[in-house]
Amino acid sequence: MSLLAELEVTAKETRRRPTAVPVRRTGAQLLWEALVREGVTVVFGYPGGAIMPAYDAMPAYPIEHVLVRHEQGAAHMADGYARASGKVGVAIATSGPGATNLVTGIATAMLDSSPMVCITGQVSSTVLGTDAFQEVDTTGITLPITKHNYLVTRAADIPAVLREAFHVARSGRPGPVLVDITKDAQQATVDAPEPREPRQSRAPAARAGEAELDRAAALIDAAERPLIFAGHGIIKSEGTALLIEFAERTGIPVSQTLLGLGGFPATHPLSLGMMGMHGEAWVNNAIQGADLLVALGMRFDDRVTGKLDTYARGAKKIHAEIDASEIGKNVPVDVGLLGDVRETLQALMPRVKRRGRPAWLKHLAGLRGDTSVRDIVTLPHGEKLHAAHVIHDLWRLTRGEARVVTDVGQHQMWEAQYYKHDHPRKLITSGGLGTMGFALPAAIGAAKAFPDEQIWVVVGDGGFQMTACELATCAQEGVKINVAVINNGYLGMVRQWQELFYGGRYVATPLKSPDFVKLAEAHGLTGLRVERRDQVEAAFARAVADPGTVVIDFRVEQEDSVYPIVAPNADLRDMIRRPSPLVETSDDQ
Amino acid sequence: MINDASGATPRTFIVHVEDHPGVLNRVVSLFRRRACNIDSLAVGKSEQPGVSRITLVVRADPGAAARLVLHLYKIVDVLQVADVTAAKAVIRELVFVKVSAAMRGDLLQLCNVFRARVVDLCPASVTVEATGAQDKMDGLIEALRPFGILELVRTGAVAMTRGSQPASASALSVSASAEIDPPAYDHSSIQDEV
Ligand SMILES: Cc1ncc(C[n+]2csc(CCOP(=O)(O)OP(=O)(O)O)c2C)c(N)n1
Repeated sequence: MSLLAELEVTAKETRRRPTAVPVRRTGAQLLWEALVREGVTVVFGYPGGAIMPAYDAMPAYPIEHVLVRHEQGAAHMADGYARASGKVGVAIATSGPGATNLVTGIATAMLDSSPMVCITGQVSSTVLGTDAFQEVDTTGITLPITKHNYLVTRAADIPAVLREAFHVARSGRPGPVLVDITKDAQQATVDAPEPREPRQSRAPAARAGEAELDRAAALIDAAERPLIFAGHGIIKSEGTALLIEFAERTGIPVSQTLLGLGGFPATHPLSLGMMGMHGEAWVNNAIQGADLLVALGMRFDDRVTGKLDTYARGAKKIHAEIDASEIGKNVPVDVGLLGDVRETLQALMPRVKRRGRPAWLKHLAGLRGDTSVRDIVTLPHGEKLHAAHVIHDLWRLTRGEARVVTDVGQHQMWEAQYYKHDHPRKLITSGGLGTMGFALPAAIGAAKAFPDEQIWVVVGDGGFQMTACELATCAQEGVKINVAVINNGYLGMVRQWQELFYGGRYVATPLKSPDFVKLAEAHGLTGLRVERRDQVEAAFARAVADPGTVVIDFRVEQEDSVYPIVAPNADLRDMIRRPSPLVETSDDQ
Repeated sequence: MINDASGATPRTFIVHVEDHPGVLNRVVSLFRRRACNIDSLAVGKSEQPGVSRITLVVRADPGAAARLVLHLYKIVDVLQVADVTAAKAVIRELVFVKVSAAMRGDLLQLCNVFRARVVDLCPASVTVEATGAQDKMDGLIEALRPFGILELVRTGAVAMTRGSQPASASALSVSASAEIDPPAYDHSSIQDEV
């Protein structure tokens, strides 16, 4: 009997008899009801023995299921869905290998604070702890990579646990939550209980105090060479509009972290671009010369700071963060502003003076100076196709409006440098964990959140092969995305490090790949190849016009490197710059 | 790493948690993950039903300790955290030491000095029980060593703040601000993975 029919019968019975009959449900039904109640419309999953009762009950509910090819893909899809939409993504897997295959995806979501709920099947409670077939300690394995996890052995607990799991995933600093449900709990029939309210965090109130706000405002008003840092928190708290207002009011230029790209429009006159290891040279130089850093929703990761001992020594630091344990963790701060970054900005706004800083902006414009002559996009390229050209053209031809999902490696950094993101959530990338194989499945998740949008995957030939099996998911589900494989025949970023830091010994980085055009065709999808710059535009046009997923194999310069690069644990000023035929000194400044 | 050798001193935390299976694991796992060594750990029921009370002694400098409090609060089952290191508190542990039975007269004298009691007396061994601050217990154990220690067990410290205020009231301020010193991170160990 379908759920609706059953509800109908129950309703009739209730009408016939004066006393309400408790509604009987299986654990599996309670699970789907809970997901419907949380507003879930799509889940990404893969079945197996211990989760079969849940799958069996699924068709009665208005939830779409995307069948993945590997559970890692399910986790990345749920993550990509969450990053694109701001809603909680849901992944489902069976016990044992199904659960362990989720692990990389869960850790990826954890490091980038992505709200996600994973549902895993578990062996029946009667055999729990006996090393039964496909039993692993899923909650034990995922303990350090989830915000919280649950082992559910009784059907009646499912509604309350799911209610709380979603609350934990999306509240405070968001993150992944895992719910492991034993097979017998899915099968048992119980009186459907009303879910109780979730427990609230017991941490002291996350709100910046008046005194701290006043101190921050005084520092901002007094600063002559200040910088604002826009981190992931700006995007997560939907703080972009306020940040623009704040930057314009105070006249302070803004630099973005990798995950903060799009949180402040790249084409805004006050936007400086990305900071850190592969950040813009003028930004890193500006940081080392600044007298105030206003860091909003970021965590001073080592990729951002370089050598901590010499990092921004002349600058006072204001750090606004929702996670108290991040404040002062890596970099000592002068004022910590605990709380939701948007609310903090709101509270700060009326306290700061409206002013311009022409001298500082002029100085920064000077720092930009030599960069254009080193810029690969403006360098004469002859016959060569550089990855940066592909990204630059992609930005130009999509007018900066596409949603771009990148993998990890050189192409990720070129995307960050050359695709100017003007809107939040339009760049989706694995920052904290740096997970190769993330892009294709994460883009499928984003496509499920925004089916009518133009979505581009930018991926290396290495990372593409880690999760290329999800092309079959695109084909089966009719998902439309555009995949730009930046094919340089190497594990490029590692090759670059070997070139720069390991004496040019290319150990285990040359990569022989299958024919990506034929691979696409084997899935019933369109494959295209681009070897020269004059072919780029036509290929983009064909891809966008195609109703299905398209793979473009861009054969780019093989031994190109990402510049600038700050060597690990080096001073931010010690950047290795792109050698330029037009610049005499190659690595000064 | 948080637990840098320099500036790391023993710190005592009182943590109230919901009494579910696996909660102790979450708490202990946090200290392991943040590379912080646990000196001692004592768990038991509290005055409230369904609430367990954990006393932890760890080595950490003040900045790292403040950060650990914040991390503990991120565990959903954690109800309350107090760092009572600087608070007025009674901190004690229970120790049993079994020593070989020679020189009994000296042993009894020593027990008097340390306010220890003999709880088992056999022809071949004597078991001594003592309660006190951890450094006192260290002293007792050192003094007993010449007698030949056969077996030793310590419960780990338990703590209670003095006066009528509950432990939470004397907790270090957990508001994130400049008051929190940055922990002594070992900057040279920053990973250089691609
Ligand atoms: C799962 C995983 N394994 C290994 C790495 C280390 N790693 C970082 S970048 C990189 C090379 C990526 O090569 P490719 O996908 O071809 O992209 P490219 O750098 O050439 O653009 C590797 C191996 C990683 N980040 N993730």
